[in-house]
Amino acid sequence: MPRDQGLMSWKDLAIGMYILEPGNSAKFKTGDWRSHRPVLDKEKCIKCGQCYLLCPEPAYEENEEGYFICNLMYCKGCGICAAICPKGAITMVLEEA
Amino acid sequence: MGKRVAKEVSIAVADAVAQCRVDVISAYPITPQTHIVEHLAELVNNGELDAEYVPVESEHAALSVCIGASATGARTFTSTSSQGLLFMYENLFIASGLRLPIVMVIANRSISAPISIWNDHSDVMTMRDAGWIQTFAENGQEAVDLVYHAYKVAEKCLLPVAVNLDGFIVTHVVEPIEMAEQEVVDKYLPPLKMKYKLDPKKPVSMGAIGVPEIYTEAKKALDEALKASYKVVIQAWREFEKLTGRRYNPVESYHMEDAEVGMVIMGSLAETASNAVDELRAKGKKVGLVKIRLWRPFPMQDFLKAIGKVKALCVIDRAISHGATGGPVGIEVRSALYQSNKRPRLVNFIAGLSGRDVTKDDFKELFERTFEALSKKPKFSYEIYGAKE
Repeated sequence: MPRDQGLMSWKDLAIGMYILEPGNSAKFKTGDWRSHRPVLDKEKCIKCGQCYLLCPEPAYEENEEGYFICNLMYCKGCGICAAICPKGAITMVLEEA
Repeated sequence: MGKRVAKEVSIAVADAVAQCRVDVISAYPITPQTHIVEHLAELVNNGELDAEYVPVESEHAALSVCIGASATGARTFTSTSSQGLLFMYENLFIASGLRLPIVMVIANRSISAPISIWNDHSDVMTMRDAGWIQTFAENGQEAVDLVYHAYKVAEKCLLPVAVNLDGFIVTHVVEPIEMAEQEVVDKYLPPLKMKYKLDPKKPVSMGAIGVPEIYTEAKKALDEALKASYKVVIQAWREFEKLTGRRYNPVESYHMEDAEVGMVIMGSLAETASNAVDELRAKGKKVGLVKIRLWRPFPMQDFLKAIGKVKALCVIDRAISHGATGGPVGIEVRSALYQSNKRPRLVNFIAGLSGRDVTKDDFKELFERTFEALSKKPKFSYEIYGAKE
């Protein structure tokens, strides 16, 4: 059973469902119920990092070129990044089923 | 062997808790539990007990303190009654879900409304599904011994334990009680060492979200742990017997070997019922008594063995499950029987609510009515005994 989806035998759970490894939520795919995903238009992006600062997850990571890229493994599609972007570089696009 | 001394049971219970070398006590006073926590507060204040006594504004907070303290690896104690237990309610499930070895003594009392300070089991029956190990004391000696036992079991199983004693009838009675020697208690209860606890040097998270993909597994794990605690409960009683000579079983039977009619009962009323059994036996009536000491996990095999080959069972409940098919014990027993091949006729009476006396004569009448049920199937699935028409 894939642990990254939280699926495991009751026998393998830590006692009391404790989390023994700090920060292990990063290993879990927590963005699988998103209805919209953010799409970045690099032409418009000024690399200000507002999306990175305001993402509640935080799902945004800075890449080598200095762009802030949303990691869809964690993004829940709240749209804060698109709303805050001063250049309108982020568009929320409907996820197809 | 310890010395038998006359003590109020509440005081003896508090002394037993102190002998268990608890680290943290948090409680809110409520009748009839008050003397237990008052005495513990005294012991801490006098410097006789090296523990943190946390006075709180409510029972909700009392159990919360115990949960937090227990999560850091401290040996904890709380005690309550009636409305206080209901005020703790949501935390009861957190204590078991987080597998914290908290020990709580419940001085059993009715619940409101109407308000009542007197004894029955309607408080604890609300927590029968809460994932706690639950035991019932018949008298003061048992209450004290069940406290030592509770810590042993809680810490081995990493589950909370509730020890139940009847409010006033047990808590406020002065009885000759043999306390275990301190060295015996220390031998029985080594210092608590929890593998996982809240410790900045080795951080863990407790109480994380259980998404639908994992919640069922978490509850299954708790359920298996509670079932598996049965063995530890027995082992802990055997070890206690070796140290003190006092033997306890999950279910006790009295004159059940050849009984035609048996009575199932929990708590202190069993003492009166056993007197009724003696008198009926003297008249040649084949009656017996089955006393349930371990309520959770329900000792199904012990129970089925204890009832022998009775033709009829009279189950006494001290709480109502409104709108159900019986009292909580009645429902439990019917369910246990359904899974076996035994089919005695079963009558379920709810008696002794809010401290109303159930006398020896009442028990004789209840036995009589159970005999009657042998030839004529009763029309009721349970009856509130003694309710004036």
